Amino acid sequence: MGMMTVKKLSRMLREREVSSVEVTKSYLARIEQRDGVIGSFITVCADEALKAATAADTLLAKGEGGALTGIPVGIKDNICTAGVRTTCASRMLERFLPPYDATVVKRLKDAGAVILGKLNMDEFAMGSSTESSYFKKTKNPYDLSCVPGGSSGGSAACVTAELAPFALGSDTGGSIRQPAAFCGNVGLKPTYGLVSRFGLVAFASSLDQIGSFTHTVEDCALVLNHIAGHDPMDSTSAALDLPDYTGALTGEVKGMRIGVPREYLGEGIQPEIRAAVEDAMKVLERLGAHCEYCSLPLTQYALPAYYLISSAEASSNLARYDGVKYGYRVSEFKGLNDLYEKTRSEGFGAEVKRRIMLGTYALSSGYYDAYYKKAQQVRTLIGQDFGKRFAEFDVLLTPTTPTTAYRFGEKSDPLAMYMGDICTVAVNIAGLPAISIPAGLDRAGKPIGIQLIGDRFAESEILRVAHAYEKETGHDAISPVWREESV
Amino acid sequence: MSAFETVIGLEIHAELATRSKIYCSCSTAFGAEVNTHTCPICTGMPGVLPVLNKKVVEYAVMAGLAMNCEITEYGKQDRKNYFYPDLPKAYQTSQYDLPICKNGYLEIEADGKVKRIGITRIHIEEDAGKLIHDPYRGQSLIDYNRCGVPLIEIVTEPDMRSPAEAKAFLEKVKSILEYTGVSDCKMQEGSLRCDVNLSVRPMGQKEFGTRTEMKNINSFSAAVRAMENERERQIDLIESGGEVVQATRKWDDVKGESSQMRSKEEAHDYRYFPEPDLVPIVVDKEWVERIRRALPELPDARKARYMSVFGLSAYDAGILTASRKTADYFEQAVQEGASPKAAANRIMVDISALLTEKGLEEIPFAPVYLAKTLALVEAGTVSSTAAKKIIEALFEEVKEPAEIAKEKGLLQVSDESALVPIIQRIIDENPKAVAELQAGKEKAMGFFVGQAMRASKGSANPAVIHKLVREMLKK
Repeated sequence: MGMMTVKKLSRMLREREVSSVEVTKSYLARIEQRDGVIGSFITVCADEALKAATAADTLLAKGEGGALTGIPVGIKDNICTAGVRTTCASRMLERFLPPYDATVVKRLKDAGAVILGKLNMDEFAMGSSTESSYFKKTKNPYDLSCVPGGSSGGSAACVTAELAPFALGSDTGGSIRQPAAFCGNVGLKPTYGLVSRFGLVAFASSLDQIGSFTHTVEDCALVLNHIAGHDPMDSTSAALDLPDYTGALTGEVKGMRIGVPREYLGEGIQPEIRAAVEDAMKVLERLGAHCEYCSLPLTQYALPAYYLISSAEASSNLARYDGVKYGYRVSEFKGLNDLYEKTRSEGFGAEVKRRIMLGTYALSSGYYDAYYKKAQQVRTLIGQDFGKRFAEFDVLLTPTTPTTAYRFGEKSDPLAMYMGDICTVAVNIAGLPAISIPAGLDRAGKPIGIQLIGDRFAESEILRVAHAYEKETGHDAISPVWREESV
Repeated sequence: MSAFETVIGLEIHAELATRSKIYCSCSTAFGAEVNTHTCPICTGMPGVLPVLNKKVVEYAVMAGLAMNCEITEYGKQDRKNYFYPDLPKAYQTSQYDLPICKNGYLEIEADGKVKRIGITRIHIEEDAGKLIHDPYRGQSLIDYNRCGVPLIEIVTEPDMRSPAEAKAFLEKVKSILEYTGVSDCKMQEGSLRCDVNLSVRPMGQKEFGTRTEMKNINSFSAAVRAMENERERQIDLIESGGEVVQATRKWDDVKGESSQMRSKEEAHDYRYFPEPDLVPIVVDKEWVERIRRALPELPDARKARYMSVFGLSAYDAGILTASRKTADYFEQAVQEGASPKAAANRIMVDISALLTEKGLEEIPFAPVYLAKTLALVEAGTVSSTAAKKIIEALFEEVKEPAEIAKEKGLLQVSDESALVPIIQRIIDENPKAVAELQAGKEKAMGFFVGQAMRASKGSANPAVIHKLVREMLKK
């Protein structure tokens, strides 16, 4: 079928050029054919998918249904799906069957979307390469020797490999934007509170946000229309009147003010990525926007603050996996403490344990003020830093990642891995929306991503700029070259 | 013993009378089959989120206002982290540094004096589940029904100086929570629990002694026993040259002794931090004022009113107003025409004697029956003793007191024509007594009344007998 966007597929379905069952079967066949190599799915639910596709076809045949009716989708495996196991790529939840759908899943189902399966990720979303998954490695479709990024590596890879026309992921410190950049697709992390977190297995509650992976900005807006909105089940979900996000995609950016913070272009940024940002400034200037360098002086403090806050929250959020009520439990133990210790030692992987220990330490009495509290103070200041810039600019432009995709095992030092989040974490700290869009390939043929950051709930602004850039450059049309022998 | 002063502070947990749990819509009803009042939220399944029940905040504000607290305008909730199988999230959502209420007080009466006990704070939190140990199988099972049932924790200043004061305070708290409808305060269902912090110090010493915290106290009387025992344990330790160790102790009410649960060194580090899944609790001033205006008359005010309006003694007024149900019952009886003093006496003596186990709240008949019974006494239709029998009968079956009096032969005979022949016969058969009475020996009148009562099987009205004897002897 070639690169298939949600928009095009939706038109074909509604004009009955294809049926949802046909489309679904074709994606399932491609998963069968390619995912052995890519490794993006943990669970494929073919039966449920075909059932949903049949139901969608009934609606479509009556001329009913909406933009997502009959469209297949892949879901990151930390978003709960009723009756379909939700593992968080952890041994701890290897056989966990949620009795409920996450609110986003319910919304997609209500819209008639067809869930193909659950996607690989770093264990409990902790990581930037999907290498910490208990189950498997996911490969970057552009270069099978490279990681797809993470933690939503399965979501990013599956869209790029055409195993689903779109996918959902979650972003706590860059977990949507970074893999979108590595895999060359469009990844949106919405404003904290725009999309319900109910049913998203928590990593760091004050930072987590669900978002999408799509081929185009237009698809991104379309999907956002369906997943955004107030949820009474999530106290942190915003009760706002939301626009039709596709309405922002006018191609018109004349007079928009775009700031480029210098701190994001410093040392450690791959020269081709810096060049891509500079090139994007030129493209946007050409379209009539005003681009200007600016400063976010507190940028360097975002990474340590992020790792303290996210680990602290994680240490509490993951305490419930204790072997008592559900999930993994060791078969032999002597007493309660032994049950806890053994279950958690065997059930969690190394990175998860590292974060739990880091977070427990940061919250401990005697250390709380120096670590957790200080990090929260930094968080407030970073929010104010952004606030000042959004008084001057509509949108900020930065690289999404300091480098393009790296090889498996290349970042074996955890700190080196954490440094890769330097361009993305501040956005989560401040609760802002940000999108990563493809900006061409580096010399090695690996995708480059650039990031557009907006003020709180200014998704329309970043989508408008992203769309105009995409149309002007045609970068969305780039796709990996498939050699049959490699797949 | 008298050389030491006892210092007591209390932590009281009261289950709120909400219909649903604090963060989900599960029922809070007591006594359901195990694990039926549960859902993914209160059992801490992956991915679920809490949503605060507004009624919980309202009840906490009510309790705070009734206990003279300041209400926090901008509060938050925090996670208290610890592992235990009855706590499925492995943290309890509670409040750390911004409780809903703070800096309050209640006045208690002890040794005839009014004393003010400071309330440090009142905060909201969720209850945990319940472990059921099965020694037969060597297993522990968990009932999560209670998980997420809303509680308030009331923390006092170390202002109490004796177990009696602490008991008076507990009773005052219970009474206020009942009056406001904030809690049912059923100790046997665990809806009111308390921990006791106690230390002793030599009389006159300013600094506090080392304190212990006593847990597992299930009734007010157990609290008193635990406090008395702990006071003596600490004094004995000090007098024998030892030292009190700061620790959490567990009270065993059957054995009448406590044992150490954990030392200060073993105390949990709860790693409190703000609950990121919940938004700040912003309490609107207007709303607080509306709650304040809607508060019912509280026990102290009611007691004062009973003394001034009904002329009751402080003691009687205190007993009647301790429970809102009893006070309401009393007042309804008065409204139905009973004399306040008579109604008070009947409730506190006759009725209370029949209710030893249930408590005054459980009177099985409506106040109007008490009023009607008392009206019969007033009218001379039945005697005071007969009224007690009617009340006993009302406990068996609720029906018209006059009817009971008739059925049980309790009606006093005031009909002179019925009594005249009886008295004439006594006069005729007892010339000696007649002579004594005529000689001015008033004691002899007792003989006539007694004989007439016996002959009428207790149904004669003594006043009428009196009158008839005098009249008939004059003739």
